[in-house]
Amino acid sequence: MIVDLSRQIADELIIPQRAALDESEEFPKDILDAVAKADLFGIYIPEEYGGFGAGTFEIVLALEQFGRGCVGVATAFAASALGAFPIMISGSEDMKRKYLPEIATGAKKAAFALTEANAGSDASGIQTTAVLDGDEWVLNGTKQWITNAGEAKIYTVIAITDRSKGPRGASMFVVEDTDPGFSYGVKEKKLGIRASSTRELIFKDCRIPKDRLIGREGTGFITVMKTLDKSRPGIAILGVGLGQAALDEAVTYAKQRVQFGKPIISFQAVQHMLADMAIQLEAARALVYAAAKHIDAHPKDMSKASSMCKVFATDMAMKVTVDAVQVLGGYGYMRDYPVEKMMRDAKILQIYEGTNQIQRNVVGQELNKEYTKA
Amino acid sequence: MKIIVCVKQVPDAKDVRLDPKTNTLSREGVQSIINPYDRHALEEAVRLKEKHGGTVIVLTMGPPQAAEILRESVSCGADEAVLVSDRAFAGADTLATTYTLSQAIKKIGGADLILCGKQAIDGDTAQVGPGLAVRMDIPYVTCVRKIAQVSDQTFVVERLMDDGYDEVEVALPALFTVVKEINEPRLPSLKGKMKAKKLAITTLTAVDIDADTAQLGLKGSPTWVVRVFAPQLKGDRTMIEGTVQEQVDQLAEKLLKWC
Repeated sequence: MIVDLSRQIADELIIPQRAALDESEEFPKDILDAVAKADLFGIYIPEEYGGFGAGTFEIVLALEQFGRGCVGVATAFAASALGAFPIMISGSEDMKRKYLPEIATGAKKAAFALTEANAGSDASGIQTTAVLDGDEWVLNGTKQWITNAGEAKIYTVIAITDRSKGPRGASMFVVEDTDPGFSYGVKEKKLGIRASSTRELIFKDCRIPKDRLIGREGTGFITVMKTLDKSRPGIAILGVGLGQAALDEAVTYAKQRVQFGKPIISFQAVQHMLADMAIQLEAARALVYAAAKHIDAHPKDMSKASSMCKVFATDMAMKVTVDAVQVLGGYGYMRDYPVEKMMRDAKILQIYEGTNQIQRNVVGQELNKEYTKA
Repeated sequence: MKIIVCVKQVPDAKDVRLDPKTNTLSREGVQSIINPYDRHALEEAVRLKEKHGGTVIVLTMGPPQAAEILRESVSCGADEAVLVSDRAFAGADTLATTYTLSQAIKKIGGADLILCGKQAIDGDTAQVGPGLAVRMDIPYVTCVRKIAQVSDQTFVVERLMDDGYDEVEVALPALFTVVKEINEPRLPSLKGKMKAKKLAITTLTAVDIDADTAQLGLKGSPTWVVRVFAPQLKGDRTMIEGTVQEQVDQLAEKLLKWC
C-alpha cells in the first residue's frame, strides 16, 4: 500500500518536475503538500499522535520510491522525520502531544540541527550554548547546512548547557520558527539535491520556554546518537532508490543506442557494467531492508547495522550513478538526460547524516566491543 | 447531500492493442484504469462532500474485476461502493447500460446529484450520462467545467462550449457530466487505501435491481457491431505545382472531377 502510493507520487509528481526543480533550486512545496494529503508524513509517527505507527521498514519503502524520483525532494521529506525523531525518542508526553500530530499531517515540517562550522564529524566542537534564565532557555550560536531550514516550523537543536561536563553537557531543544532571536542565514548553493533547502540557523539571545528541553538536561548526545541510528537506513535507501533510477536509465539507453550496427547492450563491456550495477544494487537493497527490520525489532545494538547499510548503499549509489553516466556517454553528461543529476545527487549521500568515514569508525568500534565481550 | 458517481473501467489508452484477426480491442493483459473523465467526476463529488457534507457513492456496471476501480475510488475519497454485475448485462450498448444503471440507482434509493465523466475513453459515445438522466426523468447538464453555486434546491454550473461557456441553473435532483477542466484529481491517501482494502462492496445482480431481462445486455441493445476495422492509411498524394493561378486551375479541375 505504502509502496504503491509512494511509487505513484514518484512517477506522477516527482519525476516530471525533478529537472525543473534542480534547475530553479526551488523547494518542492506542491509535491510535499500532495505527500501530506496522501498521509505519508505520518507513517512513522505512533497512532496515538495521529500517525500510522509504522516502523523503519515502512519509511524505507516510501523513501526508496521517493529516492528513485529525486533525492532532493526525498531529502526534504526525510529531513522532517529526522527532525521529529528526537521528540519521539526522548520528548515528554506533553511535547509529543504538542508537536507530533502537526508533523504527522504534514501541516508543519520539522528539521534537525546538529552541524556547525567547527562541528561536523566531531560533534564535541559544538559552540552553540543554551543558558537557563528563569523560566526560559537562552540560545546563542549558529547551526550550519541545516536541511529544511526556512521551510520547517519545528527545529530540534543541540546546544551546550554545561561545557565542563563534556559530552554529557549537551542538551536538545525544540525551537519554533517564530521564536524571538531566531533567524536564518542565506540559502546555500549546492552541487546536487538542489530542491532541498539548506541554510544556517542563527540564534541571537533566542529565548524559548523552559519546557522545550527534550528529555533531561545533558542527554543531548544520547538523543542525537539514537536519532541517527534510526535515521541512517532512510539515507541508505535513498541510495538504493537512486541506484535503481540510474540502472533503469542505463539499461533503457543501452538497449536503444546503436553503435557498430548493434545496440550497445549487446557488447560485453557494457553488459558487464550493467550487471555489476545491478548486483551491487540488489546487495545494497537487501542489506538496507535487513537493517531496517533489525532496527524495528528494537535491539540494543542498532549502530552497526545502521552504519553498515548507510556506507554500503550510498557508496553503491555513487558508483552506479557514475557508471550510468558512462553508459550514456556524451548524452549522459548533458543536462537533457537525468543521469548527470543523479550523479551529482549521489555525492551528498556519502557525506550527510555522518560521513561514510565516520560510519566505518562506528562499525569498527562496534566490532571491537563485540569481540572484547566474547 | 447524496452524490452518486458513475465510473467505468476502461483499458489504459497507453496500452491499447487490436487483435489482428478479429480487429477488436484486445483486453487481455491490458492494464485497466478508471476512465479518466470519471476521476474528475469523483474528485468533484469528494470536494462537494468536503465543503457541504454528505455521502459519495461510486457505482459501476461491469465484471467482478471492476471492483478494483471502486476500491481505487474509495481510496480517493468516496464513502461507499456499489458494483452492478451479472452475466445478463454482457454486451450492453449505451441504451441497455442506462437501463441497468437507472434500475441500480433506484434500488439504492436515488441521489440528489449524479456525476459522470463526459464520456469513456474506450467507447467515446458520451451517451450514458444524458441517457441515464432521461431514464430517471431528471435534468442534466453535459460538459460541466465548474460548479459555481450550490444550494439545497438548485445548482448553478458552467457548461463548456466551443466558443465559451453557458451558465445554467438546475433544480435538484440532477445529473452532470464533467470535463477535465473542472478540477485536478487528487492522489489516493494512505487512510483511504486502508479503508478501501477493508471495504465491503455491495454487489447487485439483475434480480436485485428488479430488471426486465429483455432490456439487459446484448438482448436489450439495439446497437449491433457488424464490423470493426482499423482504417487503412493511404499514402496517395499529388503535388500540384506551378504559379498560383496554375495551381488553382489544376485543383479546381481535380475537385470537379471528384464531385
